[in-house]
Amino acid sequence: MLNRLTIAALAECLSRREASSREATLACLNEVRRRDPVLHAFISLDAEDALAQAEAADALRAQGAAQTEKPLLGVPIAVKDVIAVRGQPLTCGSRMLAGFRSPYDSTVAEKLKAAGAVLFGRLNMDEFAMGSSTENSAFGPTRNPWDLTRVPGGSSGGAAAAVAADECVAALGSDTGGSVRQPAAFCGVVGLKPTYGRVSRYGLVAYASSLDQIGPLTKDVRDAATLLEVISGPDRRDSTSVPHPVPHYAAALRDDLAGVRIGFAREYLADGLHPDVRRAIEAAAQVLQGLGAELREISLPHTKYAIAAYYLIASAEASANLARYDGVRYGARVEGASPIEMYGATRGAGFGAEVKRRIMLGTYALSSGYYEAYYLRAQKVRTLIRQDFLRAFEQVDSILTPVAPTPAFKLGEKCDDPLAMYLADIFTLSCNLAGICGLSVPCGFTADPCLPLGLQLLGKPFGEEAILRVAHAYEQATPWHGEKPPRPNLARDGSLPRAPTGQGIRVTNRGQ
Amino acid sequence: MPAPPIDFHHLAHLARLSLTHEEQERIAAQLGDILAYMETLKELDVDAIEPTAHAVPLVNVTRPDEVRPSLDHAEALWNAPAQANGLFLVPRIIE
Repeated sequence: MLNRLTIAALAECLSRREASSREATLACLNEVRRRDPVLHAFISLDAEDALAQAEAADALRAQGAAQTEKPLLGVPIAVKDVIAVRGQPLTCGSRMLAGFRSPYDSTVAEKLKAAGAVLFGRLNMDEFAMGSSTENSAFGPTRNPWDLTRVPGGSSGGAAAAVAADECVAALGSDTGGSVRQPAAFCGVVGLKPTYGRVSRYGLVAYASSLDQIGPLTKDVRDAATLLEVISGPDRRDSTSVPHPVPHYAAALRDDLAGVRIGFAREYLADGLHPDVRRAIEAAAQVLQGLGAELREISLPHTKYAIAAYYLIASAEASANLARYDGVRYGARVEGASPIEMYGATRGAGFGAEVKRRIMLGTYALSSGYYEAYYLRAQKVRTLIRQDFLRAFEQVDSILTPVAPTPAFKLGEKCDDPLAMYLADIFTLSCNLAGICGLSVPCGFTADPCLPLGLQLLGKPFGEEAILRVAHAYEQATPWHGEKPPRPNLARDGSLPRAPTGQGIRVTNRGQ
Repeated sequence: MPAPPIDFHHLAHLARLSLTHEEQERIAAQLGDILAYMETLKELDVDAIEPTAHAVPLVNVTRPDEVRPSLDHAEALWNAPAQANGLFLVPRIIE
């Protein structure tokens, strides 16, 4: 059961030579074989390559490589299919990139490899990270391991489901408006969105460049701290990465919260909140007080404008970023009599419905005559939202909110209503607009059905240590992070369980 | 508050996006709803507010102008939809 361990527990086990990386990687691959035909957390997986990496890690250890130099030596980590790993596929959940193979490593992949990690598998996602349910993947949706009729959240739904189902030890996702935190909450794992500029975006396929950050999805807060430390830091290939020193994040973790001031925003406990979510957040506030934290009511008055500002800014940036998919240098191509015809036909055939919608919205918001009324106005509202947070952080060290207004919803429930899907992102979007950091940590379950809930802690720019400290103390004082979703039994003949209804197609390994 | 009408064909051309008739109808209706929601931003007086393009106060980030290794020629062509003689192949542009 090595796949069920945290990074910290597995690393200790490996350094004591109680198990090998090959064994740990095989345990993950076996869990994928058992569970993924139903969950569909992975778009593709190269088992041979994963085992070769694991054997190389074992060989390094035999030669005396130290855990201190390689904190992830031999630890199997899976990656959302939007982050480049040399030689591996990179589909972004889109038909447009169905056969794409990365010719280079992202900076985070380089850092994980340098730390000794086994980088295996490509995790499912909403196409180009646009969505909140992973239903927008061209390769079929991922299911929530807690309830197979529900979504895992999105856009990093594959990453959250894979970590929750112990198909990997930890994962990397990306978060533009909540895409790490919301699926982490829906699947009962920890998800961290670092401050904008903390982690290099080199090799992360761009959705909205002023909002995107890569972040870890893990089984506990300590693992999130460990992964954050590995992937953070300035990078000459990303001029928006910030030259602040990288702290030893795990050293900031404490079991008590004496002297910590936590804000509680009325605007985040508004109407429309599921009663179980409200109860869980109120109970969590009591736990935090019991640990010594001081709770203060704060106000974030522009919260209600965040959704409109976010979807205008993100769509505008997306419409520009996705102009590169024109059928010339990579990706799908549909021939046309002229280049213009080729571009239109390629993009019409390669993109799915949500991507087309956001390209059209973004093009509109940037087009002559509407730029000032929409895009520029949204950027000004973004200033007001950022000011709300900076003012609040003069009084508090972190802010406690729900992650989402409801637990995981049913597959198909919001597919035909894009605006309803956008409105559910209300609690996570502001963090990206303001450029601050945020994390999601499990905080209980709904009564019936039993679905995990998450609380969000928002922190100052580069205040990751403060939110990790609060989250860790809360986690250690509560039982939630130790709960696991039900594990399917194999049938008597050894055959694998099947999905309740039809499921998406699977992409094979390399270069199809 | 209704949003202004959209010249959908012009927009699709700007976005270089060929859409079927059905997609046009559906997306136009959805954009109408979404833009009507965006009208909430007009409740705020933002005349005196500076826009935020970017949350991190970094400006004019430069690095030394040095020659460094970059993507190998063959690797740059790994994912080319069509290629010949080490070049990307595109439809005829000049008659």
